[in-house]
Amino acid sequence: MKKSYKLQDLDCANCAAKMETAINKINGVNKATVSFMTQKLTIDADDSLFDEILKETVATIKKVEPDCTVLIK
Amino acid sequence: MTGKQKKQLTKIIISGILLILLAFTHFTGYLKFIVYIIPYLIVGFPVLRSAVINISHGQVFDENFLMCIATIGALCVGEYPEAVFVMLFYQVGDLFETIAVGKSRNSITELMDICPEYVNIEKDGEISEIDPDEACIDDIMVIKPGEKVPLDGIIIEGSSSLNTTALTGESLPLDVNIGDSITSGCININGLLKAKVTKEYSDSTVSKILELVENSADNKAHTENFITKFARYYTPAVVFSAVALAFIPPLVTGGNFTDWIMRALNFLVVSCPCALVISVPLSFFSGIGCASKNGILIKGSNYLEAIAKADTVVFDKTGTLTKGSFSISEIHPNGISKNELIETTALAEGFSDHPISLSIKKAYGKPIDNSRVTDIENMSGYGIKATVDGKTVYAGNEKLMKKYGIEHPSVSTGTVIHTAADGKYLGYIVIADEVKEDSAEAISKLKSNGIKNTVILSGDKKPVADDIAAKLGIDNVYAELLPDQKVEKLEEIIKSSNGNVVFVGDGINDAPSISRADVGIAMGGLGSDAAIEAADIVLMDDKPSKIPLALKIARKTHTIVNQNIYFALAIKFLVLILSALGKSNMWEAVFADVGVSVVAIINAMRALKIKE
Repeated sequence: MKKSYKLQDLDCANCAAKMETAINKINGVNKATVSFMTQKLTIDADDSLFDEILKETVATIKKVEPDCTVLIK
Repeated sequence: MTGKQKKQLTKIIISGILLILLAFTHFTGYLKFIVYIIPYLIVGFPVLRSAVINISHGQVFDENFLMCIATIGALCVGEYPEAVFVMLFYQVGDLFETIAVGKSRNSITELMDICPEYVNIEKDGEISEIDPDEACIDDIMVIKPGEKVPLDGIIIEGSSSLNTTALTGESLPLDVNIGDSITSGCININGLLKAKVTKEYSDSTVSKILELVENSADNKAHTENFITKFARYYTPAVVFSAVALAFIPPLVTGGNFTDWIMRALNFLVVSCPCALVISVPLSFFSGIGCASKNGILIKGSNYLEAIAKADTVVFDKTGTLTKGSFSISEIHPNGISKNELIETTALAEGFSDHPISLSIKKAYGKPIDNSRVTDIENMSGYGIKATVDGKTVYAGNEKLMKKYGIEHPSVSTGTVIHTAADGKYLGYIVIADEVKEDSAEAISKLKSNGIKNTVILSGDKKPVADDIAAKLGIDNVYAELLPDQKVEKLEEIIKSSNGNVVFVGDGINDAPSISRADVGIAMGGLGSDAAIEAADIVLMDDKPSKIPLALKIARKTHTIVNQNIYFALAIKFLVLILSALGKSNMWEAVFADVGVSVVAIINAMRALKIKE
């Protein structure tokens, strides 16, 4: 399953790159991209683990840049 | 400027004024520390705060943290003005970055402001406003002057001019009448239009384009990936060198610790790879933005990079270099009337949407009575076999006639459709296609832009393809190819060329070649969905002259990216070396960090303004 989310207050390009690396290391993630330009997060991950992965992703993002929030519709 | 940015600016100004005023004072000792710590905290508090939070999360190589270590270190050794200035300049750079990035982001999303908010649907004489998502195929939509065309459709009432700038970059309005298809995302200028919806919102041009642009960030260029990787090693490497520089030389030589620590702190100031990490993606993003402003949609910065390295451009002929709007130029019946020949051919071709079939149906002028046609078989590269009024009809090219052993005259002019019924030859129709106005210009511009080889791969007959190649100045022609032979030929061309190979096409039969080529370009207006799906670059207005423009934008973007990389690395390493030798101070180091970022960002934004 591939989903994308808007990121709010993603202020630093290096952080975006760090987030991307960290999210890609989460178990079950096939491919994740964090785009500083479009302020968007795209995750392609296993369906069964998706909710878990999303939770972990949000935590990872907070860890790299505390001000940045993932807008989950 | 957002509220957050205004606050940051205010802090910068206050602390900047304080710093200037303090330059005229002569405090000493603790008093000096206290007066300098005020502007330092005003401007640096958010940085200190993030540093503390991040370090508690284990982010050792966080730029905020490193900047704090550097400035606190400077405070400890008594370099108060330096500490404040570094923090101040760091914040100025940060503010500038956010503003610049936000600005270019806006200018690109503004271009993409084609998303319809609502659609007026007419049902039983009443008009209601609904969400574009809820509209169904065959609903009747009403588009008032000044409104966006919300969904793709066909006009059933009214005529108007459409502004297609957002989609094609073309400034001349497009006149449309009853029967014309209209594309979502255009703006209706003057007339009231009623149109039948032909595609649901999720399949409409607007959502296809938006999806394409939004996903373009997923396909990163090699350079971008390289920079991300580089950044991962650069910061730790610089930080470790700084630690080594602070302790090893004074221990070995017994020198002054303060001096070496100051040199090491300089290292920390230049340890952020921000200039590269921001400016490289920003350059590509601006390049893609500039292209979309011109009606060229690029699906990722990797394709922008790939087309910059192209040296061969391969074209499909029909619909790509020619208009694909065929019209009948000659009718040669054999034993029947002209009208009968057209009728039989039109019926056989009734289900095909190939441009040739469309032109014959247009000449027939009446709706096709589908009940008269059965057992239709579309033989790609040959033509059509169908049962019309109980007779087996073959309509297609010479190869089709040969395949079924039907005697026919050999015709060498233009595109020829032979028709036969129950083995009896009925005659042929000659169809001519016009070359697009800008095809010749496109080819000559490609050549002056360093494209060494231009090729036509066509399913059409050799004399037709040769004729067009000669008119346009194309180097090589391979005609009479079936779709799979096109791919084979393309493979050969790819093998024999040094640079990347671009393939430009429009039809379903081009889709395999489009995806096989290093860079596949599809004509977005005329093109089939399969071709657009397979393509890396889509030309919204079907103009071949946009290809040299795309090439130019790609090359210029590439140059800008390289300039930024070399410039940033050169300055950073220079300052690192000078700092290690004790020839550089913190003022220069902070310029190497923030100043370089600012210059690189300004340079990156030039990619947004590339012109023909």
